[in-house]
Amino acid sequence: MESITLDHYLVLSALVFGVGLYLALAKRNAVGVLIGVELMFNAVNLTLIAFSRFSESATPIAGHVFVLFVITVSAAEAAVALALAVLIYRQRRSIDIDKLNLLRW
Amino acid sequence: MNPLTLSLSKGTELFLAEWWDIRDLGNPVARFLELVDDAGGPDWLPYVISGVIGILAITGWLVTSQLAFVWIERRLISRIQVRVGPNRVGPMGLLQPVADAIKLLTKEAITVQAADRWVFWLAPSLVVLPALLAFAVVPFGEQMVLADLSVGVLFVIASSSLATIAVFMAGWSSNNKYSLLGAMRSVAMFISYEVPQVMALLAITIFTSTMSLSGIVNWQEEYHVWFIFLQPLAFLVFLIAGAVEVNRSPTDISEAESEIVAGYHTEYSGIKFGFFYVAEYFATFGIAAVGVTLFLGGWTLFGLEEWIPGWMLFLGKVYGFFFLFIWSRGTLPRLRIDQLMSFAWKFLLPISLVNVLLVGLEVLLWQENGLSAGLVLPIFAVVNFAMAGLLIYAWAKLMRPLSQRAPRVRLMQEVGAIVYGQEAEA
Amino acid sequence: MTDTGTIVAFWALAALTLGAAVLAATTRNLLHAVLALILSFIGVAGLYITLSADFVAVAQVLIYAGAIAVLIIFAIMLTPNAGRRNDETFFRLPALGIAAVMASTLAAVGVATDWPQATRGPFTETSQAIGEAMLNQYILPFEIASVLLLVAMLGAIVIVRED
Repeated sequence: MESITLDHYLVLSALVFGVGLYLALAKRNAVGVLIGVELMFNAVNLTLIAFSRFSESATPIAGHVFVLFVITVSAAEAAVALALAVLIYRQRRSIDIDKLNLLRW
Repeated sequence: MNPLTLSLSKGTELFLAEWWDIRDLGNPVARFLELVDDAGGPDWLPYVISGVIGILAITGWLVTSQLAFVWIERRLISRIQVRVGPNRVGPMGLLQPVADAIKLLTKEAITVQAADRWVFWLAPSLVVLPALLAFAVVPFGEQMVLADLSVGVLFVIASSSLATIAVFMAGWSSNNKYSLLGAMRSVAMFISYEVPQVMALLAITIFTSTMSLSGIVNWQEEYHVWFIFLQPLAFLVFLIAGAVEVNRSPTDISEAESEIVAGYHTEYSGIKFGFFYVAEYFATFGIAAVGVTLFLGGWTLFGLEEWIPGWMLFLGKVYGFFFLFIWSRGTLPRLRIDQLMSFAWKFLLPISLVNVLLVGLEVLLWQENGLSAGLVLPIFAVVNFAMAGLLIYAWAKLMRPLSQRAPRVRLMQEVGAIVYGQEAEA
Repeated sequence: MTDTGTIVAFWALAALTLGAAVLAATTRNLLHAVLALILSFIGVAGLYITLSADFVAVAQVLIYAGAIAVLIIFAIMLTPNAGRRNDETFFRLPALGIAAVMASTLAAVGVATDWPQATRGPFTETSQAIGEAMLNQYILPFEIASVLLLVAMLGAIVIVRED
């Protein structure tokens, strides 16, 4: 408790990642799944920033740059995913994942 | 030693001041913090105390200014609209804001039965926060800044983008279709106008190569030029986007009375409504303070700051900037939502993108050739003014409604023929 | 990082981030889940500040809390007759198991590994270094990311166009 180390951040982001994974796997609503994915992105970003702060490296700032790329890509991903959700809603009047069974036998 | 006390003691060095020297309001605070530091205690205590003093001072100033400006705005608007305005409570109606405040405090704050209780209760408290946050990075004087962040400009934009969430919470939790409509309008407007605003501020940070607000003021002081002269187009874009962000007339479509009752705060009453009312003023003061810092030289006034305390100049400029908002509210009619949205995406965004390109080119020329600032900055100012006028004129001409653009229609109008779709005018 | 302020800030922000994430998972209402997600984003931004990553922290608030969350809200509002409930499928218990195994594995690996520790201390000012790295060393990824954003924007517009 007397000092905050890399391990604290790693454990925290592992826990947040777990919550996100649970959301992504178990939620019925497509938006709920997306919330889980965003949480996982955040957990990974947190580890990257923590490594960039604590770990030995020739270019420590690379961690920050990588996080900014992840943020960009996740913004693009969210836009496309939500557009798909809206499109699915137009077709099926619902965005529940377990009702999307067109590809099932 | 925390950064704040460090900067404060730097300020005292500058003015070698006693605690009663109010040319820099940091002086009494710095003396007090030294007392606290000498008295012993944990090292975080001065930090916490300086933060609390700063927050209390800024909030106190905002509340008093807000009360004053409620009266000033109502009287000015009345004057513009050839009315008298509030003149019953106290001399010249001066006590009207106090009466309003007491009325709001004593009224019942109704919670709608179908409301989402927690969110309904949280929204008015959260809506004030983003407006206050922006003041943390705004320098009131040479050393008078609560937190001189190196990413100050981005911080201002980020904190104002949080207001969207609070407004959405209010509109959605009310469980009223007009509230929801107002909230969604507000959200759509916020994220549309954020883009040109960021572009406008980007143009400035390219020049200063710092995002700290104090750094930007120092740049303007160093080169003896305000950014309103160097970047007229960016100022215009910032002014319009700011007016949209604070939800004031003529861009207050998220609470347009004639269309959607009162928008997102339809269901709020008593002091909960008061919070929304106050938040609007706080946000307007915030935009005014940021605008003054970025475009009007902050606490400087071409040497006058040697004689008058910088924070007084700053406050004077903020009030002057606020007057622009009052003026436009009294003069311009409310826009429609489609007009506002297409104005952001089809007009402001392209011209501010071109502006960023132009600024990049200018700074490249300036830095690569090592030209002297006294030579290039006047040229840049002239070029930017010319480009601003040209861009606005040309783009407006290009984006005219189709009916006015076709040469045949114009010809037919000139000879007085009836044009299909424009019979009403003809 | 041994000073009192950072330690208090870390534990408070960690509790906020994790608590908000758990709230997003357990609340019955989809909109509440989104609001909890925003709270979690802000907590992560605070954690970035404790790691002296000021630029990334502000970008996090601006993009995640200000843009992506708003995007999610828009998606919910554009699907008016769909369910607003945030409940689980039959896959709930297996998902819980998988998530728990994953989280504990990641945490155990993170703690057990002997990472090469640096002693250079916190960053002083990151935005300039980030800008230089992005436009020199990482210029190609930067350009690809911009193209990706453009393509994603066009794709999203094409997908939801009604005509």
